[in-house]
Amino acid sequence: MNIFVLMKRTFDTEEKISIQNGEIQEDGAEFIINPYDEYAIEEAIQVRDAHGGKVTVISIGDDETEKQLRTSLAMGADEAVLINVEDDVDELDHTGAAHILAEYLKDKEPDLILAGNVAIDGGSGQTGPRVADLLNINYVTTITKLEIDGTNVKIVRDVEGDSEIIETSLPLLVTAQQGLNEPRYPSLPGIMKAKKKPLEELELDDLDIDEDDVETKIETVEVYLPPVKSAGRILQGELPDQVKELVNLLHTEAKVI
Amino acid sequence: MSKKIVVLGEVRDGALRNVSFEAIAAAKQIADGGEVVGALIGDQVTSLANELIAYGADRVIVVEHPHLKTYTPDGFSQALLAIVDQEKPDGIVLGHTSLGKDLSPKVASRLQAGLVSDVTEIEGAGDDAVFIRPIYSGKAFEKVKVKDGIIFVTVRPNNIAPLEKDASRTGDVASLTVDIQNLRTIIKEVIRNASTGVDLSEAKVVVSGGRGMKSAEGFKILQELADVLGGAVGASRGACDAGYCDYSLQIGQTGKVVTPDLYIAVGISGAIQHLAGMSNSKVIVAINKDPEANIFKVADYGIVGDLFEVIPLLIEECKALKVNS
Repeated sequence: MNIFVLMKRTFDTEEKISIQNGEIQEDGAEFIINPYDEYAIEEAIQVRDAHGGKVTVISIGDDETEKQLRTSLAMGADEAVLINVEDDVDELDHTGAAHILAEYLKDKEPDLILAGNVAIDGGSGQTGPRVADLLNINYVTTITKLEIDGTNVKIVRDVEGDSEIIETSLPLLVTAQQGLNEPRYPSLPGIMKAKKKPLEELELDDLDIDEDDVETKIETVEVYLPPVKSAGRILQGELPDQVKELVNLLHTEAKVI
Repeated sequence: MSKKIVVLGEVRDGALRNVSFEAIAAAKQIADGGEVVGALIGDQVTSLANELIAYGADRVIVVEHPHLKTYTPDGFSQALLAIVDQEKPDGIVLGHTSLGKDLSPKVASRLQAGLVSDVTEIEGAGDDAVFIRPIYSGKAFEKVKVKDGIIFVTVRPNNIAPLEKDASRTGDVASLTVDIQNLRTIIKEVIRNASTGVDLSEAKVVVSGGRGMKSAEGFKILQELADVLGGAVGASRGACDAGYCDYSLQIGQTGKVVTPDLYIAVGISGAIQHLAGMSNSKVIVAINKDPEANIFKVADYGIVGDLFEVIPLLIEECKALKVNS
């Protein structure tokens, strides 16, 4: 089976975030594989182990992205592809990213494409379905279970807490929701092996993509931090009195109940 | 310049979701004096059209088909694209719900349009509309503009105030026939896991439990409190990992992001991953026996004490308040 994973290198949002000159400061910050993409990588490896085939992890990024791709290979992916856009574009939106990924994938005959359902930095969740649409293949988002039998696919999809039992078929793009699996940590032998696995690097030219083809349709005007919240009130006194006071405050002061 | 905006009225269990009324309010602002066209897609949904009008839609287009009884991206995109093709709107607004998140990228891709998703606030109107959306798990915000093409937006539930309902408003309700075909996804069954009818992402009140709940049994008192307040139950990752509740309840960096009017964190230490999912709630209450717990730093009101003592008292007080008001 020909399996592809769409992976994004993201700012670890557990980091403290600061802004300078209207931009999020990235210097010294920790970068990680987008956590939802980790589920996608893990699932791809499990599908390959069960059904045979090859897992290729693709990422659009810059030189730094090689680190997260090597981690993917150390987890057990077979090959990695870095589409390095550092020299070509300053800003990429979902329309552009999906276009690039689809141009790469269009002649690769994928059976299964996996991605995270959302990236924790931009938080938009568009790229997976857009890529599926451009490739004219079906997609199912926020999946928590995947069973493949030949070309038949049975999926459990999380829909705001409810579960949809879905039947569809390959080729297919799915996006991972938490609960799909427990991503493995790369093993030491895995890390050693990953150094020798193929990591192809491409630029937009290699895909016959013009910079104009990936021009953004959305413009970011400003980035800012939410106002700092002042410390709240810790209630005092006997517990029953505290609870009475709390309900009173929520009713009369905060007016939320 | 005034604009024509299409808003999808999202139907769940036979009723329109609140987020659709919020989406109409958003559409009105983007339309800047123009027209807001409601779109209803489903099987036997025409009866809901007047409610969209009462909340501000100027008229409604209905696409009904047996294949639209349950949502599929193929079915709903064909229906919505047919409406867009007929109306040629300047913009489209959907709720940033499970359906909206799944449908909007496909439709945007078909229309070769950008998509501003998960919008929590809109400044300005018409061509000058600026959209505010959380990024980095809610730890920062960005303001964005649509450079060209259709203004396609999804709005986060519970953030944009709906217009007041006016049942005396009238408008045209027209049906559009669309041949829905080639559905590549079959929904065999829907299993309801959420124990109450209140959806976590749309709930005005969220009562959330952490490891401090100690057991699945412990979680039941949270449901009781949520029921009294008309809210939904959420959980920290720790509680989900410990098996006290389903992952579908998880709030945080992985899991759901919620912005209710009232968030009650019970037995939750306040790991940064959890704060990412709830810190933009309007009012936060923390109940924890550890006075040093991180959660108190973001809380508006805190009670330091044993939650198994506090919650039953809180349930009684809330019940008493309901009786008296």
